Amino acid sequence: MCCLSKENIKSVTTDADVLRSEIRDKSVRVIDVRREEDYKKTHIPTSVNMPLANLLSDDSPERVVKLVNALGIDDETSVVVYDDTFGALASRVAWTLEYLGHNDVSLLDMTFGQWNSLGLETDSKIPSIESKNHSLKLRPEIMATADYLEKAKEKDDVILLDNRERLNFLEQHIPKAVNIPYRSLGTSEKILRPKEDMKRLFENRGIEPDSEIITYCGSVGTLSGLAYYALKSVNHSNLKLYVRSFKEWKNLKKPIDKQENAHYWDLSAE
Amino acid sequence: MTIDNLKQSGPDSKLPRVNWAKIEEAENFAKTVKLYRQGKIDHDNFRRFRLQHGAYGTRMTDDYAMVRIKIPAGEIYPIQLEKIAQLSETFSIGSAHISTRQNIQLHWVVLEDVSEIMRGLSEVGLTSREACGNTVRNVMCSPLAGVCHDEEFDTTPYAIATAKFLLRNPLNQNLPRKFKFNFTCCEKHGMARMVDVGLIPVTREIDGKTQRGFKIFLGGGLGNKSFVGHHLEDFTPEEDLLYTSIAVLRIFDRMGNRKNMARNRMRYLVDEMGWEKFQNLVLKERAIVRATQSVIVKLDVDNTPNDIKRPITVSDEDGKSTPEGYSRWLKTSAFKQKQDGYHSVFVNLEAGDITANQLNALAKICREFSAEGFARNGFSQEIVLRWIHESDLPRLYSNLLEAGLAKPGTLSMASPIGCSGTTSCNLALTNSHRLAKEIQRKFLELKLDEDDELRDSTIKISGCPNSCGQHEIATIGFYGGGGRVGNDMYPSYQMSLGGRSDRETMLGVICMRVPAKRIIPVILKIIEIFKKNKQSEDTLSSWINRVVKGNENSEIRSVNDFKQILAPLVVSPTKESDADFYLDYGSDTNYHTITGKGECAA
Ligand code: SF4
Repeated sequence: MCCLSKENIKSVTTDADVLRSEIRDKSVRVIDVRREEDYKKTHIPTSVNMPLANLLSDDSPERVVKLVNALGIDDETSVVVYDDTFGALASRVAWTLEYLGHNDVSLLDMTFGQWNSLGLETDSKIPSIESKNHSLKLRPEIMATADYLEKAKEKDDVILLDNRERLNFLEQHIPKAVNIPYRSLGTSEKILRPKEDMKRLFENRGIEPDSEIITYCGSVGTLSGLAYYALKSVNHSNLKLYVRSFKEWKNLKKPIDKQENAHYWDLSAE
Repeated sequence: MTIDNLKQSGPDSKLPRVNWAKIEEAENFAKTVKLYRQGKIDHDNFRRFRLQHGAYGTRMTDDYAMVRIKIPAGEIYPIQLEKIAQLSETFSIGSAHISTRQNIQLHWVVLEDVSEIMRGLSEVGLTSREACGNTVRNVMCSPLAGVCHDEEFDTTPYAIATAKFLLRNPLNQNLPRKFKFNFTCCEKHGMARMVDVGLIPVTREIDGKTQRGFKIFLGGGLGNKSFVGHHLEDFTPEEDLLYTSIAVLRIFDRMGNRKNMARNRMRYLVDEMGWEKFQNLVLKERAIVRATQSVIVKLDVDNTPNDIKRPITVSDEDGKSTPEGYSRWLKTSAFKQKQDGYHSVFVNLEAGDITANQLNALAKICREFSAEGFARNGFSQEIVLRWIHESDLPRLYSNLLEAGLAKPGTLSMASPIGCSGTTSCNLALTNSHRLAKEIQRKFLELKLDEDDELRDSTIKISGCPNSCGQHEIATIGFYGGGGRVGNDMYPSYQMSLGGRSDRETMLGVICMRVPAKRIIPVILKIIEIFKKNKQSEDTLSSWINRVVKGNENSEIRSVNDFKQILAPLVVSPTKESDADFYLDYGSDTNYHTITGKGECAA
């Protein structure tokens, strides 16, 4: 029965049925990354709350590991993360766990809003949690710093993905970046496109599985976190998130490119 | 073609009557882009292919395209609006643009994503095929066809049938140049004389029986050089519609100028040959077409009346009072249909732009309020919701208001047309698009939309001497160019006056150059002069008409007199005293003209 045993590395997303049975089996730790007040009102049964803002207020590994311990997660815990922001916030949290060295983390394949609209069970009970002890085996190979990025992007087999919206990208972006707006990664029902569609989208844009890919977005690595998992879902493995993203790049006064000689903003009806 | 495989979203969503799409074209497009990027297809061939599939080049870059979605006869269904909303957020800038030819355009799309858009469109029966390039472009039809008081019959089914016949037809894949059909409802609405083939429905009595037919105008068009179309014959019976169309296309295909880009529209052929000769040729060719093709080729005109069902409303009197601004909005947005109790509502969009959220809202509103269950793109960058019951109008207004779609003034001078200009077009010299928005904002601020004497006047703006903004048929028209003071350039426009596109179609008369940042004061001054000199029955447009024809007796007797009065307004200040004068709208860097290779951005 070895072939049916649980794999070491979880698939990128978990669907609602699987999650519900894992909840019944008590074999999963579900993390809700929405704001505390939203979580308190209603959430997926048994889930614990880790608002993204709280995590970001100090995301040094030492602090994050404490947070993780307090949520009852050790190295063996299977974790599923969800949000109500098309998967971007959940992605950022999941990535942070991976960075700590946690292997078994995946994203719920839909948002809480979609879960709700399907009429699936919710709860307002806050579970009592026994603290655990997670090890700290950082994985620097999935994180890009500004310095790393600056050098790496000059290489031919490194692709830099900007996941902000098109107009923001046109206005300013890191030189050589390729723009894949976060909106193109999901559908109206799922946080990620079906695999076949996703593959085609990346293939059309010349993003090959054997390249190293660095993703970034506006400020904290949420939209690009989603892109990180989008790529992972179609078996890209050499991936890095530039967590501090464009905000830091700009503050560091690094070079910026702009689409010149066109007034594209005036086409927007916003 | 069937529409069975189209996805249905809302339960009471009406499905499109024609499926224009072909999914294979998306795959083929993706493949061809790859070959092009690998250098296996040369630039010119790729360009032709790209245009034929409705992807137009973008200003100063090879990386992006504009996808022009064809909306034949302007008919657009709620599920299509929703799909376009989604595609604009996914692959474009989160807004879409309604063009003056009833197309919907998505700008700044990565060339490699165009095929994904085509795929998405095919899910709702839409295509961008032959929306650009040397083909028959979107077949237009008056947004009032079927509801207009003055029409002899509804031309929509004929427009749709013509579009169906021509789409992907070998007859029009490689014409000397683009080719346009406009169907109208009556003399007043629509632009039958400003297009290659313009059609107005007419009927005649033969042996006590009413026969349908058309008044056909050939060889008109706006452009660097504009022409008013010629009337082919007294009456073209409906059976001859297709034969005439084929005949004209065949002549153009055979004899049109394929060498000189600047003179290859059909109007030049007509001009060079002389109308009588061209007319004879058409009649002869038609006889041949009729004799050789009559058995095989027929237009598939579906005259089954639309299913008109007033959506069930929960409650009309929900206790809320009508929101503020309703009567002002109503005055310039609603058109009373010939059908008792129903209105067509013209939804105002700034220079044709609409956000994804607004498209979604509009789809919902359309389902909820339109008794025909779909919408129509208009001729002036707006969307028209038809078959709205009179008693639903206040509630409709509230809904539109909530979606940010209830600006007043659609059917007035307060809704200028602006082509895309420097926002995306390679040929643009000025930001005509933003200028249109600025004028609209000023007009609404001054409540000029409420002025009855201005209602039938128009302002239209092109960003260069080409006429995508249709400036020649505007009461006050502008086309962009650069002005110069010493070494400094500033954005500027050539102003023309007195253009119109109705029965007495005429092109505006060139008046003077006006710096971009002086256009609003100049327009307001013209209105002021008009108010001072008009006679009691005058509207701005009728008065200007007298001036340009030399029939006015007040202080303004000619376009030249305008020039003199307006001259002080257009004096260039020094850069030190007014730096803003030297910047175009939407720009904070010094103005200079810069253009790329044109592909004709209509
Ligand atoms: S080519 Fe057409 S769209 Fe482009 S600026 Fe000129 S008139 Fe406007």
